[in-house]
Amino acid sequence: MSETCKVSVERRGDVAVFWTDGYINNQGGEEIAKEAYSELDRGARALVMNLEKTRIVNSIGISILIEVLEKVMERKAVLAFCGLTPTIDKTFRIMGLAQYAAIYPTESEALQAVGAPA
Amino acid sequence: MAQHGPAPTEPATAAAPEVSLTIPVAPEMEIVATAQADALGEYMDMPRDKIDEVKLALVEACINAFEHAHTEDNQVHITFRVGGSAGEWLEIEVRDQGRGFDAEGIEPPSPQKTFQERRRRGWGLHIIKSLMDDVEIASGDWGTRILMRKYK
Repeated sequence: MSETCKVSVERRGDVAVFWTDGYINNQGGEEIAKEAYSELDRGARALVMNLEKTRIVNSIGISILIEVLEKVMERKAVLAFCGLTPTIDKTFRIMGLAQYAAIYPTESEALQAVGAPA
Repeated sequence: MAQHGPAPTEPATAAAPEVSLTIPVAPEMEIVATAQADALGEYMDMPRDKIDEVKLALVEACINAFEHAHTEDNQVHITFRVGGSAGEWLEIEVRDQGRGFDAEGIEPPSPQKTFQERRRRGWGLHIIKSLMDDVEIASGDWGTRILMRKYK
C-alpha cells in the first residue's frame, strides 16, 4: 500500500504550476519542496499549487509547505494554492499558511491572479 | 478537555456498535486507519467534508502516537463507534501504551510562533480539537488515549 503523493510540474513562462495527487505527509511535502526549490532556482517568480487530487495534508506536510512559503518570500516570489478541499482550506487557515499565501478556488483564477501567460 | 492520572477504565459509549483496529507504528499506517473512518462515515451518511475532517483528525492522532509515544508494543489501537439512535455521531478512540505526556503542559501553537519563531511542529492536538466536535485527551504513565467525536 502506498499513498505517496505524486507531484508534477509545468512551466507557464515564469510561473510554475504544480499538481499533486495523493496524501501530503512528510514525504509528499519534501517532494513538493524539492520541486519548488528547483523552480525558484530556475527563476520562477510565482508558484501555483493545484491540490485538487489531494484529500489529506497532515500537519507535517503543512509545516514543510510553510518552509516552501518562507523560501518563496525570501526570493520575492509568490505562492498560490487552488483546488483545496474545505478541510485542507480550514487547516491552512488554522496553521496560518493562508495569511501569507493566496488561496483561489480554481487553477484558472490562480493563474490569472499571478499573471501567468495564457 | 485534557485529563491526567490513571487510565480510563470505561469508554464513553460502551453500548455503541464498534469496530476495532490495531496498526503498527510504521510509515503511512495512519492511512489504513482512515479507510475505516471513510467506510463508517459513508455508512452513516455523514457529509463528505465532515468525513474528511474526521480522517485528518485521525491522521493527527495516529502520527502523534507514532512520534511521541515510544511504545514498547509498537502498536496503536483504534476503536470506532457509531452512536445515537440513527447513527448521529462517529466516535474514535486512539490508544497507545507509550510513555504519555502532560497534555495540559503543552504550549498552544500559533501562526505567529510558526512563522516568526520558526516553531513549526506541535499542531496535531490543536488541529484535532479544531476539526472534531468533542475531544478528550487522557495521558499518563500507562499511555495515552484520545477520544474524539464528530456529529453528522
